[in-house]
Amino acid sequence: MAIKLPIYMDYHATTPVDPRVVEAMVPFFTEHFGNAASRNHPFGWEAEEAVERARKQVADLIGANPKEIVFTSGATESDNLAIKGVAEMYREKGNHIITAVTEHKAVIDTCKRLEKGGYRVTYLPVQQDGLVSLDDLRSAISDKTILITIMTANNEIGVVQPIAEIGAIAKEKGILFHTDAVQAVGKIPFNVNDLKVDMASISAHKMYGPKGVGALYVRRRNPRVLLAPIIDGGGHERGMRSGTLNVPGIVGFGKAAELCRQEMAAEAERLRGLCERLDRKLHAGLDEIYINGSVAHRLPHNLNISFAYVEGESLLMGINDVAVSSGSACTSASLEPSYVLKALGAGDDLAHSSIRFGLGRWTTEEEVDYVADKLISVVTRLREMSPLYELAKEGVDLSTMQWQVH
Amino acid sequence: MAYSTKVIDHYENPRNVGAMPKEDPNVGTGLVGAPECGDVMKLQVKVNPQTGIIDDAKFKTFGCGSAIASSSLATEWLKGKTVEQALAIKNTDIVNELSLPPVKIHCSVLAEDAIKAAIGDYKKKQGAKAVPAEAHAQPSA
Repeated sequence: MAIKLPIYMDYHATTPVDPRVVEAMVPFFTEHFGNAASRNHPFGWEAEEAVERARKQVADLIGANPKEIVFTSGATESDNLAIKGVAEMYREKGNHIITAVTEHKAVIDTCKRLEKGGYRVTYLPVQQDGLVSLDDLRSAISDKTILITIMTANNEIGVVQPIAEIGAIAKEKGILFHTDAVQAVGKIPFNVNDLKVDMASISAHKMYGPKGVGALYVRRRNPRVLLAPIIDGGGHERGMRSGTLNVPGIVGFGKAAELCRQEMAAEAERLRGLCERLDRKLHAGLDEIYINGSVAHRLPHNLNISFAYVEGESLLMGINDVAVSSGSACTSASLEPSYVLKALGAGDDLAHSSIRFGLGRWTTEEEVDYVADKLISVVTRLREMSPLYELAKEGVDLSTMQWQVH
Repeated sequence: MAYSTKVIDHYENPRNVGAMPKEDPNVGTGLVGAPECGDVMKLQVKVNPQTGIIDDAKFKTFGCGSAIASSSLATEWLKGKTVEQALAIKNTDIVNELSLPPVKIHCSVLAEDAIKAAIGDYKKKQGAKAVPAEAHAQPSA
């Protein structure tokens, strides 16, 4: 079978909408266009019914009650609502929030804003494998701590945090626990009760649904979580998120959630096999390549590898018919290498040399083989023109050299 | 980000990749940049002792496509120039030739630094060679 180029291997960034999802959405643009808040005519009733069906589909995927699902515009909004909503609502109880240095910017920057408003935030470091230490978490907790927010799976390195253990600690201490579960939900089992999660952010477009729609799971019992809204208006979503509901988007989100629930187990197993194949082939063809983050506690469809002595952007240029991401500074707007990889303590040079592979529903074995072969030849070529590779082969320890940092 | 066709050409067909013996007195070596900054360039010039003209230039670069292209272009320009002409190459010349966007200007700066470092190393070697020659000449006079 001929391979269709370019190859998409950046499923952590976004996913294509599953055609079955599109099919479910289409009627809600035209025939069933009603406003779900219109209570007095069938156009509204139809829309409301569809939204409630989707709410159940999303709830079922994470073991929640449909009433605990608040639809939002996406996970960035969900993160903002959870963190700012708790901060405002529980201000009298305390002003301390605990998060981690490898969180998504939607969490980190929200916490930074709260710091300006007088809140205190602890950014837990991570260990070399990308996991937070439960001892660090315990010792960060004070009687002023009102919220712990730790992501389930990291968007760069795919590392899955010990959410159930963190949930148990939060429960024991009576602290609310939010998790940005965007990369995990629909990919690995995620049950809000097993994990003792009080709030969870989810996004449709990371699980083969449309962009512009997400949800925040908000626990209603044991404990009942109260949130101050960040968007005021007509009081939709039990007053937590005003604004006319994105009915087609929500319908698509629901369908995507249903498909994930049905197909997740088989899909994860298939993708794990493909990731292992990619890893095996790369290791067979190249020396000095390093997997970033824990291998054992990892999403099945993620591989993040540093190719020593080769800079990430030049590597991407060489595989320009493959869509992947790099932690290299040159590929980011800030010209800073990935803060997630830096947090692992592997050194900035390895962050500059990293590639993130995100496999997904339509990734094939042929694509994996093509990408592996291409990478091996490009890395080999770039190493031949790398002064660092030359020095390393001469036996020079690069870490002890005097560099002119510019 | 879109690359200029010249950057792509240098990236795909880099000129003068390689290494010359560092201990050769006629070879000047410059190593600039730092791995943690994401770019390191090694640039070498070989000067003809009779003519004072750069006969050969080689580079190796760890860096983005623009860094590779900047150093590749520099080696092309260096060949056939005198040491003093080489020192007159400015990073802005590289920026213009390769149509580098503002975020990639540091690549051209690094290439200029590499040229200066390589020539500096060559001059140091020549100076070092000249001093013992004079010292040796005095007692015999």
